[in-house]
Amino acid sequence: MDELLREYLPILVFLGIAIGLGLVLILAAVIVAVRNPDPEKVSAYECGFNAFDDARMKFDVRFYLVSILFIIFDLEVAFLFPWAVAFADISMTAFWSMMIFLAVLTIGFAYEWKKGALEWE
Amino acid sequence: MSADLAIVLPEIILSVYAMAALIFAVYTKKDAMAPTLVLATSALFLVMALWIGTGGSATGSAFNGMLQNDGFARFAKVVILVSAAVVLLLSQGYMKQRGLLRFEYPILITLAVVGMMVMVSAGDLIALYMGLELQSLSLYVVAALRRDNVKSTEAGLKYFVLGALSSGMLLYGASLTYGFAGTTTFEGIVQASEGGISLGLLFGLVFMAAGLAFKVSAAPFHMWTPDVYEGSPTAVTAFFATAPKMAAMALFARVVHDAFGTVVGDWQQILAFLALASMFLGAVAAIGQTDIKRLMAYSSIAHMGYALVGLAAGTAVGVEAMLIYMTIYVVMNIGTFAFILSMERDGRHVTDIAGLNMLAERSPGAACALLVLFFSLAGVPPMLGFFAKYGVLLAAVDAGLTWLAVAGVVASVIGAYYYLRIVYFMYFGDPDARRIDGTIAPLNAGLLLASAAIMLLGIVNMFGIEGLAEAAAASLVN
Repeated sequence: MDELLREYLPILVFLGIAIGLGLVLILAAVIVAVRNPDPEKVSAYECGFNAFDDARMKFDVRFYLVSILFIIFDLEVAFLFPWAVAFADISMTAFWSMMIFLAVLTIGFAYEWKKGALEWE
Repeated sequence: MSADLAIVLPEIILSVYAMAALIFAVYTKKDAMAPTLVLATSALFLVMALWIGTGGSATGSAFNGMLQNDGFARFAKVVILVSAAVVLLLSQGYMKQRGLLRFEYPILITLAVVGMMVMVSAGDLIALYMGLELQSLSLYVVAALRRDNVKSTEAGLKYFVLGALSSGMLLYGASLTYGFAGTTTFEGIVQASEGGISLGLLFGLVFMAAGLAFKVSAAPFHMWTPDVYEGSPTAVTAFFATAPKMAAMALFARVVHDAFGTVVGDWQQILAFLALASMFLGAVAAIGQTDIKRLMAYSSIAHMGYALVGLAAGTAVGVEAMLIYMTIYVVMNIGTFAFILSMERDGRHVTDIAGLNMLAERSPGAACALLVLFFSLAGVPPMLGFFAKYGVLLAAVDAGLTWLAVAGVVASVIGAYYYLRIVYFMYFGDPDARRIDGTIAPLNAGLLLASAAIMLLGIVNMFGIEGLAEAAAASLVN
């Protein structure tokens, strides 16, 4: 038990330093810095201009849809790379496993295409 | 390899069916195909249940212990498949009436069922997680099926966020377990924990238990249940209350017995606490509810508490009692939800308890069947629900957890109040309240009556499930 905890001592030390340093930097700004706010200073600005409109503008939900649909291709590549690198050493089982995986992804892709999820208008 | 594939053949067939149905429906008439798909899916579920139940599918362990198709898995799979088939058929009328019957619905249910089948036969942390996520992700989507309704989308989002949190806890526990046991297989973990559990493994066990408690909606990890039950379309709520509960409970049993079977004392106290908290919270919090779906949510929390009492015993008898409890619970819930799905006032679906006032006047048959079901849910002696509770409490007493059994009895007395309150409303309620129409579709009526009849006839003969449950428990605990 003690042996186990001792192994984690560096992490505790690190945590202590991180918290301490963070506090010092924040408190230094509070104590040392000169503060003299006026409405012009605290208002939002964009590169020196007055803000054109609210920062919390509405996004078209289709951006989200398209980005999430592309995740499947990210995943596909993430799995294909190690498979391709080890291609010379793997068995037929591994080969067909990947083929099945790609087939399943293709079914998902065919579905979203036919369903119209990729059409903007 | 082909021997491995033969063991997971039912899962493969269902997955291929789901993908084929998806492509078929989207390239033909889309949502117009939905009723056909619902019927086909239910039929396939029943065929699979029959096949697995009669021992047709191969048994043993596949992929180096990744998946186990033993008696325990088969018992759970049959309950899951049959209840999913019945709830799917039951939901068709409701979903069609509200324009929710999209062709994705039966397909998502199929994928969820595949996930549950992987869960109950998991023999490895990776398979456990894969099954759990396949089930959960499908369920998040069906919870938010009514996209233009604020409550339904809230239910879906809440379920997703909290489910992700619980999956995170489970994964953290799994990674700790892997780190300290050096393996992800349950067999390896049992060997690593032989003769006392190390501190790291204990942490892994605690986090995994917390994650699994989330999935079975045991207190204090129950917070999502009432909101998700209330917000989801009622047909989906009926599904949530049946098959996924059985699957999560069976998975819990698998983890504690298969992976941590040698250190019963270490998880017994965790499960005893979860059981105690769930029983009392479910009993007390349901009292103030005015919506029957919320009430059923708290009821399910309490029932999970009782099922966990059986599991907490840590014996084969306890697991057997838990399996019987869950089976009876699923049957009772199908009957109750068959009625809730047909609660309408002026043609609109309602779920307020006040609508049940004087139901006995308008539809005496339904009121009588509901009376039997509520008595059974409360655990009043002549009904089957009493014997379910009796079994788990007896297992707890035999395992030396007398205090837990006593607490269970006290909680069931408290809980009886809210079930009996509904019965009171149905027979002696306020005749001036805004009552429901009291009409009930033939399929719903049939299932309601069948469920009530099982609760009465089961006293004489439990249709042989005790023998099957005993064999199932024996294959898990050794």
